[in-house]
Amino acid sequence: MTVSSATPAIETRGLVKHYGSVVAVDHLDLRIAPGEVFGLLGPNGAGKTTTILMLLGLTEPTAGTVRVCGLDPRHQALDVKRLVGYLPDDVGFYDDLTAIENLTYTARLNRLDRATADRRIAELLGEVDLTDAGDRRVGTFSRGMRQRLGLADALVKDPAVLVLDEPTVNIDPEGVRELLTLVRSLSIERGMTILLSSHLLHQVEQVCDRIGIFVAGRLRACGPIAKLAAGVEAVWTIEVGIEGDEGLGGLALQSIDGVTRVERTAGRWIVAADRDVRGEIAGVVVQRGWTVTHLQRLGADLDAIYHRYFEEATDVRVA
Amino acid sequence: MSASPELSGSGWPIVARKEFADHVRSTRFLVLFGLVALAGLAAVHAATGTIRDAAQQTSGGPSVFLFLFTLSKNRLPSFHEFLGFLGPLLGIAFGFDAINSERSSRTLSRLVAQPVHRDEIVNGKFAAGMGAIGLAVGCVVCLVSGYGIVRLGLVPTAGDVARIVAYVVVLVAYIALWYGVALLASILARRAATAALAALALWLVLTLFGGVISGAIADAVHPVGSAATSADVLANARLDQRIHRISPDELYQEATQVLLDPEARSTDVVTSPSRLDQAIPGELGLRESVSLASWQILVLLGGVAALFAADYLIFMGQEVRA
Repeated sequence: MTVSSATPAIETRGLVKHYGSVVAVDHLDLRIAPGEVFGLLGPNGAGKTTTILMLLGLTEPTAGTVRVCGLDPRHQALDVKRLVGYLPDDVGFYDDLTAIENLTYTARLNRLDRATADRRIAELLGEVDLTDAGDRRVGTFSRGMRQRLGLADALVKDPAVLVLDEPTVNIDPEGVRELLTLVRSLSIERGMTILLSSHLLHQVEQVCDRIGIFVAGRLRACGPIAKLAAGVEAVWTIEVGIEGDEGLGGLALQSIDGVTRVERTAGRWIVAADRDVRGEIAGVVVQRGWTVTHLQRLGADLDAIYHRYFEEATDVRVA
Repeated sequence: MSASPELSGSGWPIVARKEFADHVRSTRFLVLFGLVALAGLAAVHAATGTIRDAAQQTSGGPSVFLFLFTLSKNRLPSFHEFLGFLGPLLGIAFGFDAINSERSSRTLSRLVAQPVHRDEIVNGKFAAGMGAIGLAVGCVVCLVSGYGIVRLGLVPTAGDVARIVAYVVVLVAYIALWYGVALLASILARRAATAALAALALWLVLTLFGGVISGAIADAVHPVGSAATSADVLANARLDQRIHRISPDELYQEATQVLLDPEARSTDVVTSPSRLDQAIPGELGLRESVSLASWQILVLLGGVAALFAADYLIFMGQEVRA
């Protein structure tokens, strides 16, 4: 079966899911092109996991349609599951089996022949840096190792679409960096479509082509991060360390054009601005004869973005 | 975008193969197998003298070998009684955490995201559990038979072997029924301990109190006072047995008695005198014995099928998320 590039990898129309009287997903229209990396962002309980379960045909939508590579997960569940690799949040394994045995089971369920399965599992364990742990029981694995094994598990079937539910939770910053690098390379080298959900914008913004802000079951905004951020007051959060300012740095920073907020935490200044003001900060500090010891962008201010779209009564769309 | 190869074959054998391997490698399997083997051998060993005597009295009879499974000494139960008791435990022990352990270890969402139907997961688990139980029971029956051949010098006839096979089928169906109950509990209860307790409670109620309850109902409907006629006593006993047949244990015992004893003529506690008068003493063929117990066997098999269907209907309707 081939999927033409005109067919969206994932498409939902008017997707609704009710749990009793609770509306988990409210008229979701989503279109993700093949090869795209899409970040579904929202606070916990926003309906991200519910949406993912509907994409996989694991939960029946109350209303609306879902198409994955042109297939309907309700009626062509097995075909969809063959095409979609899924890493659930808080992934679990059979603790008494080894990493290789766990992945072999997944490979068998996907009807891979023995030789293909063995070869692919060896490759994937290498990619997630678990080659040496392949014959260890998963019960002995750390959370980070489980998460990486989970990614390998989702990739065993060589999916066209990869769905990662909160992949960066429970792993250390270095692990997050490695995982996101891997996600990026899957997208670039294999042309895989990737949908990842997260509640931490600054962790995933670098890898996503587009993000959707999902709050209380509704898609509040959707588009490339730069364009979304453009509509928001404070999008730059910069951490500044200054030596020799004797506590006067805050005032100086506040005077820079574009800075909206300055706070002091743990001996450093946190500057919120509506544009990149790192150059001006350095200039101001040097001008006063102080020394810059630290200057780092913390990422777009998620709170500001969430806040902005939370407040909006109507959906904001950026093409 | 990668192409998807056609899915070949059904998924349940893949699930069954993995689950079966898990079962036979588990400590649980070893412990239960040891327990059943020990109980079986103890029953036969204790009954050795009784079996020798009985064998001498009926020397030449074709069913002597079956005494291994039916005769007991004093208070120690016979082999088939032992298994009537241990069988449900085996079924419950293998099934009580089949589904909820997948939930608690969070492997269920990963499993259902693979290209297998949900009923194939239940089917595979059922087949694997029954395979493991069948293996254990089959081995123990062979062990006991071997003991009889070597220690007692008994040689089974072809008819004996056929009856033993028929008995093993009934035994496995009986255990499968309890496996189905345990599987249902594991689907409904989130915690394995709750599921195990619920299944055990049902077993205890049916096995220990089944007779008491059916007796009480029979006494209420057909009171047997001092002025009771023999017809009253008969009616009371019949109703008692009918109600008692709700318990799988009773069905198993009745079917087993007929299958393992070629001279048994009826599964009823009370047989009308006219029918017994007409009976010509002698042994029944296996076919006649099976037809005598057909009702019990069919109810056991029907129960397994019904439970099994309930298992996956409920599982299909459940949300993946806890």
